Amino acid sequence: MRKCAIAALAGLTVLLASLAWAAAQALIVQVREGQLRRDPSFLSPVVGVLAFGTKVHNEEERGSWIRVKAGEGQNGWMHLSALTEKEIALKPGAGPAGSSASREEMALAGKGFNKDVEADFKAKNKQTDFAAVDHMEKAYNYQAAEMESFLKQGDVQPKEGGGQ
Amino acid sequence: MRRALVTALILAAVLVLGAAGVREVSAIGFGDLGRALEIGKSVVKVGKAAGKAAEDLTPEHEYYIGRAVAATILGKYKPLDNPAANAYLNLLGQTLARASDRPQTFAGYHFAIMDTEEINAFGCPGGLILISRGLLRCCANEDQVAAVLAHEIGHVVKAHGLASIQQSRILDVAGVLFQEGASHAGGNVAALSGAFAGSIGDITKTMMVNGYSRGQEGEADLEAATILGRVGYDPQAICQVLATMAHRYKPGGADFAKTHPNPADRIAALQEKFPPAPAAQAPPERLARWQQALGQV
Repeated sequence: MRKCAIAALAGLTVLLASLAWAAAQALIVQVREGQLRRDPSFLSPVVGVLAFGTKVHNEEERGSWIRVKAGEGQNGWMHLSALTEKEIALKPGAGPAGSSASREEMALAGKGFNKDVEADFKAKNKQTDFAAVDHMEKAYNYQAAEMESFLKQGDVQPKEGGGQ
Repeated sequence: MRRALVTALILAAVLVLGAAGVREVSAIGFGDLGRALEIGKSVVKVGKAAGKAAEDLTPEHEYYIGRAVAATILGKYKPLDNPAANAYLNLLGQTLARASDRPQTFAGYHFAIMDTEEINAFGCPGGLILISRGLLRCCANEDQVAAVLAHEIGHVVKAHGLASIQQSRILDVAGVLFQEGASHAGGNVAALSGAFAGSIGDITKTMMVNGYSRGQEGEADLEAATILGRVGYDPQAICQVLATMAHRYKPGGADFAKTHPNPADRIAALQEKFPPAPAAQAPPERLARWQQALGQV
């Protein structure tokens, strides 16, 4: 009886610890477009983009880069500036019924300073120019390939690494 | 037996908590408010987390702060309507930013030219970067423009703008979020708007009136030299622009002299880590495209 109980407790301990470990390996994309790269370097091609709130699994770390795996077989290296720990979540179940896990976990998203707070600020500060800011964000967005050819055309030779 | 059970459960709890604490992924020290709220559900933890303002805001909060700061600055300095120049500046700037220690912000890095002769630049939280025509005219080639942009990227990487927010405002935000707790309701705009406006005021006052500290400017200079080196530009370019600015530095002047340390001191600090070297000769294609994009600015 006693042995049985100890074995059961040991089993429980291992189970709980491994659950916690798994949770510790779960990360969430905290930027609008988390870039997945083939290799852990800013020079490596972008092989995919993961949206804000996507849950990923930490497979391996190298410097400031984490090899992550997302649901539908998406793999790649993501810079840690794009990731946060799982604990950004409010309580599970805080999201609307039937919402995806990542949605629940990002329950904090949109709270605090958000577009409603910005609209209030804008209304009270007429001398601001948010149209210019919107234009800034939308007008010029360059992809990795364009950056590569820009560097090549200007004979700028990057050093491997970066983003330490 | 019961004691053994209790001991085992405590042991399990310790292991669980220990394992959960093994990993600490925090890109630039953005500890997050959500974590404090969820785990601790205690004012003590929120208070502790609020020790450094920059650590308590998520990249999404930072994004909205940065937009409002940039909108305030662009209300004073009109953006320059020159698509070719702005396109060049963004391609160069975004290429530099991805080699920084913070390649990803909530909505990325974006650059614009302010239509003013004043010599100044602003790196707003989240990556909205504004450069004056006057400062672009201090740059003699692409490497030097890259140096100026990389310095502002440095301020974003180090979250210097957020650091100037008074901590009491962050506590106000923490309080609102804490009250909302796990409820699915949206943000309490009325309660947050004061803290938001106050935060924008703190940052714009620092950036446009008082300036960052000497230490913060030094950090941004070093970050700039590092980025330039990684991308393949001349790290000395930052000293070259500073030398040009030193000629125009009038203590007590209205522009960068008001908000920045003496350029000569910044050069001396940089040269401790990046010893002086002969200026690299820029290839003709690089010089030509810089001339074409910014020659008329």
